Amino acid sequence: MSSWTAGAAAPIDAARTSSDRRHINRLGLLVALGGITMLFAAFTSAYIVRSGGGDWAALELPPVLWMSTALIAASSLTLELARRAFQRGSLPSFRSWSAATAALGTGFLASQYAAWLSLNEAGIYLQSHPKSSFFFVLTGVHAVHLLAGVLALLALFGLAAAGRLVPGRSDAPTLTAIYWHFVGGLWIYLLAVLSLLG
Amino acid sequence: MEHEKQGFVSKYIFSFDHKMIGKQYFTLAMSMGFIGGILAVLIRLQLGFPSQPFPFLENLFPVGMASGIMTPEFYVSLFTMHGTIMVFFLLSLLPVSGFGNFLIPLQIGARDMAFPFLNMLSFWTVVPGAIIIIISFFVEGGAAASGWTAYPPLSAIRSAIPGSDLGQTLWLVGMIFFVASFTMGGLNFVVTILNLRTKGLRMMRMPLTTWAQFIVGILGLLSFPALAAGALLLTFDRSLGTSFFLPAGIFIGDTLMPHEGGTPLLWQHLFWFLGHPEVYIIMLPAMGFTSDILATFCRRPIFGYKSMVYAIWAIGTLSFLVWGHHMFVSGMSPFLGSLFVVTTLAIAIPSAVKAFNWLFTIARAKIQFTSASLFGLGVVSLFVTGGLTGIFLGTNATDIQLHDTYFVVGHFHFIMAGAGLFGAFGAVYYWYPKMFGRMLSERLGKIHFWITFVAYYAVFFPMHYLGVSGMMRRIYDPNVYEYLQPLQPVNLFITISAFVLFTGQLIFIYNYFASMRRGAPATSNPWNATGLEWSTPPHPGHGNWEGEIPPAHRWPYDYSEPGKKRDFTPQWEA
Repeated sequence: MSSWTAGAAAPIDAARTSSDRRHINRLGLLVALGGITMLFAAFTSAYIVRSGGGDWAALELPPVLWMSTALIAASSLTLELARRAFQRGSLPSFRSWSAATAALGTGFLASQYAAWLSLNEAGIYLQSHPKSSFFFVLTGVHAVHLLAGVLALLALFGLAAAGRLVPGRSDAPTLTAIYWHFVGGLWIYLLAVLSLLG
Repeated sequence: MEHEKQGFVSKYIFSFDHKMIGKQYFTLAMSMGFIGGILAVLIRLQLGFPSQPFPFLENLFPVGMASGIMTPEFYVSLFTMHGTIMVFFLLSLLPVSGFGNFLIPLQIGARDMAFPFLNMLSFWTVVPGAIIIIISFFVEGGAAASGWTAYPPLSAIRSAIPGSDLGQTLWLVGMIFFVASFTMGGLNFVVTILNLRTKGLRMMRMPLTTWAQFIVGILGLLSFPALAAGALLLTFDRSLGTSFFLPAGIFIGDTLMPHEGGTPLLWQHLFWFLGHPEVYIIMLPAMGFTSDILATFCRRPIFGYKSMVYAIWAIGTLSFLVWGHHMFVSGMSPFLGSLFVVTTLAIAIPSAVKAFNWLFTIARAKIQFTSASLFGLGVVSLFVTGGLTGIFLGTNATDIQLHDTYFVVGHFHFIMAGAGLFGAFGAVYYWYPKMFGRMLSERLGKIHFWITFVAYYAVFFPMHYLGVSGMMRRIYDPNVYEYLQPLQPVNLFITISAFVLFTGQLIFIYNYFASMRRGAPATSNPWNATGLEWSTPPHPGHGNWEGEIPPAHRWPYDYSEPGKKRDFTPQWEA
């Protein structure tokens, strides 16, 4: 260990083996997802409490949300295909399926934006009434998390282009897929909250 | 070896080494704690000498102390920022982020944390948060002024009080940085402890300090997101015209606010869902330090190790079910209140388990009175005092009388602030040799302990009497009420004691910095202790152990085993 007395020039990987490292990374991701879950659990409980207020009014959800839902469901499918292609060692197929995923994810964000615009056109804004406030907050915070997923996909492209994604060794595609499926499931959950509660 | 020369920046600034990151947190937390202490001195100045002019202070605070007299607005900002800085930037950062980062890999036999880059990132995320919190004193209107709990409507309406304008905005931004940093840290703790223990170190062989940090990591991850959610909604209420927390019919001056339908109680629920686990985030590490320190200096195994671990779990779990006891007078249903009384008093059980285990560890032991063990005993004392007064506040019938009085201020300064602070001091005296390869001055350490211990009781014990006599918690000048005027001598006594308490800390700061250069060189195991951290060299470098990481053959509390010549057997010896 040449840097023994000198302090820390480069990070030391405390994992003993690469399979340890893989396990650590996956656990770290799951723990992070636990934190995100608590964030939305807090929003949900606030939503339920606030929906008991006298000024709560129903909100007709824009139909374009079904398009969003279809896009995000399809994106989970394509990312799963990408991940399996990667595991088979087929990098070209991995690249095209993950490009499709990034495109579908971007499409989802565009579709959510269309939903906000259609509410605005109907004269409903963030501050109009409590349900509209929650609608913008929940969809907005969710969109930020999906955007992080798109950025992760772009980072994967970068790694692949630099030749640093090695099938059988790199776990980044699986990590990205776990996160992506989680954010997709989160959308289904939010849609259920927004349409069934209050 | 040319690699040994390493740049200042990569060694001290953007370091990946968990020990250096721990020390960075130390430096930050101690600086913030010093500022928080000055704020406390100013608060006590006003209460000891209400509205008397101190012309020299006008130079330092031209607005808040115009013509030398403290304005009420400045006073409110002072206690708000004192609470915020102490709770989050001292008592959370020092024992958890500081000691957690420094000790976890050493105690579990790992070369570093699981995610060194994330670790560095989490430190450099909290730094801007701290800077923003400090800067908020210097914006127009001054720092936030709605208490460390930031209750709306006061915190939500920008024109409610000068501090609710820019100051409150910066408070929210600073807190979001803090939450981001702290959750990253918690993630690192949990994954590191679960995955990177050395051979033979089963979970039930971990030191209680690491057990505490493990549960603290989980508590932080589960509770801080609720504060993030609340802070986001509050920001929207403040700036974007929503009404999550703001009801109809609020007048500021003669102006009717446009909000309707919101409920300030919702903020209280979200805040205290974080806020109560937060006090255990502060307390649990102190409990862990105390257990390790008392075992070492009593030369005895910690009494009831398993029950200690279960008690940490029980406290961690129950801490999520008690937040309503902060809201007994909020108009909540008395039935719901009773439920929170039951869960709150239930926490007394694992807490008492810990206190009794400490007492059994101490009982009839030949205690070595070092600075560390004195502070460990101090934790036990403060924890029992604060725990007993907690029963009155955790029971809604008595809390309704005592709520928002100085009884509460006395109570939490004992149990959470005091025990947390004493635990951190004990830990510094105990682990300093491992941090800097030198010993702190024991003589100065003992002087520091006795001044701190006596002054601490002198400051906070009389507050219970003030509270029972009806002095309100956030009052600017008690003398406006005739019935509080006879209490002025008590307030003066507390203020003088607070000055002594603050001055006593200068001894510690001197000792801490002077000993880095002038302290006696430490051996690798100066206390003849048993934990894995004592198997490293006196001043361990990056990677912690020069050769192989030693395996753990036993638990870390084998002291004074019958029939053995030496009175301790380290964890790494077969």
